[in-house]
Amino acid sequence: MAAEIKAPAYRVFPIAPAVQPGAMAETKSFVASDKIQEALGFPGQLVEDWHDRAIAKMGDLLEKYRSFKVFMDACVHCGACSDKCHYFIGSGDPKNMPVARQDLMRSVYRRHFTLPGKYFPKLVGARDLTREVLDEWYSYFYQCSECRRCSVFCPYGIDTAEITMAAREILDSVGYGQKYSNEIIGKVHKIGNNLGLPGPALADTLEGLEEDVKDACGVDVRFPLDVKGAEVLLVTPSADFFAEPHIDSLIGYGKVFHAAGISWTVSSMASEAGNFGMFIGNYEQLRKIALRVREAALELGVKRIVVGECGHAWRVAYSFWNTLTGIGAGADDPYAIQLQSQLDHSYKQPMHICELTWDLIERKVITLDPEANDKYVVTFHDSCNVARGSNMGDFFGGQFEIPRNIIKAAANHFVEMADGTTREQTFCCGGGGGLLTDDLLDLRIKGSLPRMEALQQVVDEHKVNFMACICAICKAQFTKVLPYYGFDRRVVGGVHQLVSNAIRLGDK
Amino acid sequence: MSSIEVNGKTYETDEEGYLVNLSDWNMDVANYIAKTENLTMTDNHWEVVNFLREYYEEYQIAPAVRVLTKAIGKKFGPDKGNSQYLYELFPYGPGKQACKIAGLPKPTGCI
Repeated sequence: MAAEIKAPAYRVFPIAPAVQPGAMAETKSFVASDKIQEALGFPGQLVEDWHDRAIAKMGDLLEKYRSFKVFMDACVHCGACSDKCHYFIGSGDPKNMPVARQDLMRSVYRRHFTLPGKYFPKLVGARDLTREVLDEWYSYFYQCSECRRCSVFCPYGIDTAEITMAAREILDSVGYGQKYSNEIIGKVHKIGNNLGLPGPALADTLEGLEEDVKDACGVDVRFPLDVKGAEVLLVTPSADFFAEPHIDSLIGYGKVFHAAGISWTVSSMASEAGNFGMFIGNYEQLRKIALRVREAALELGVKRIVVGECGHAWRVAYSFWNTLTGIGAGADDPYAIQLQSQLDHSYKQPMHICELTWDLIERKVITLDPEANDKYVVTFHDSCNVARGSNMGDFFGGQFEIPRNIIKAAANHFVEMADGTTREQTFCCGGGGGLLTDDLLDLRIKGSLPRMEALQQVVDEHKVNFMACICAICKAQFTKVLPYYGFDRRVVGGVHQLVSNAIRLGDK
Repeated sequence: MSSIEVNGKTYETDEEGYLVNLSDWNMDVANYIAKTENLTMTDNHWEVVNFLREYYEEYQIAPAVRVLTKAIGKKFGPDKGNSQYLYELFPYGPGKQACKIAGLPKPTGCI
């Protein structure tokens, strides 16, 4: 009998979703309380003259940031960005198309800052800033993770994240802040990190970690805290001390320093690499948080500053620390000059932990046994702020190649996810930019759809069982959302978690 | 501000149901919060919740996941000293869900 004739299985390919107007209109993260707002110097509640103050603030920002004005004017609504946002792909809400999200603000800009908008608002799509519009800003500008994927596709290079940041800055200035981001920033000022992990708890945690590593591999790997005169100050997200899988990467950093014989320390003053000041677009907060790193570096007398696995921290460190703090060159106040003369400029300042580790591997200072990770088929998720907001090493694309080089040195089985979902076109994890909060879980799950689709493909085709990344937010976000897509939460982990498994610990 | 009512008494909570005042906590409140999370408290749950409160009293923060698993393993047996066990008890994630039932503030940050 002839073989049964069957149609081939459908291919699965991503398509732009059908538009569902208003699908995410009710999604609104918790608003910050008076106490949280006032701790940052923002009005406690929505001020009575919010309209005038919001427009005035917008005017300030337009003058201060030329880029913001250009982005308000330049968009031609070509639509190239419209299906590039993971939140639009996951939710179908047309206001999550980057062009439409931006237009929530652009329409108000036209009304108040352009001639035709002032006289013929209806003709040019200009709108008054009503309370409904303000609420819409709050809702949808906290549905953008500032990942800048849409900007890669914009023929004018409009940076959507900068518009989101401006919106959040205006909202904060009229007393309409977000609980998640602003509460965290308050904790950094008060306690030193996003978690609110006080010094004694940090000391206890690190001590416990030394015992664990000793038990696991018989070597005295140290996790030093506030050690004056150490060569390296490691600034890492506080989640690395607290959460899983984050802590496995912290163990990896410690082992790298140990094996290379580099003296290092973390600081209770600067026990946070993350800088949510960037997420809310507030320069003063961005600077104040960054200055804690400078204060710790001066106090401890370190020669080098190294940043752990944290996406937006590396963007802030790579792109802004120089002028904010004098880590790197640029700032010219006395403390910045003092710090610049203290740091050893034969090394990059600041340096990413991946740059440090890869350099040590290349120079054969440390040795990895990739067989140690043979149970894994590894893929790499590029974190948005590293991919699109920074670089590593001294060559173009180093931020893509260096973490991959480390993975390939630490593991024998590595495969890439589909083109168009990695490197500069990487999809956000769905939890970045101040959205990693339980009250936005629905949005976070929807926003992770394109990354989960790309992961599913390499799971099916190559049996991938480990997705490495270098960002605390990505790790926490995936740990939470992977089970919703039928994966084990432990599929996600850090690049230095693989290094930790594979590194040979000598007695150097 | 939101609130919950247990045995005729009102307790202030935040939007997500975390107690605002640490000192408001008692076993009835814990049982009540657990129920809102679709959990029934067993001895195993209480072991974790009581340890969280002890640790918080000393350090003003909930313990890191690893500190918690190690302490629970040491105190109550090695089969309980792993995060998988804690996830089975508190499926939404031991950090947040157990803290909520223990009347501790919600841990924040990139976790």
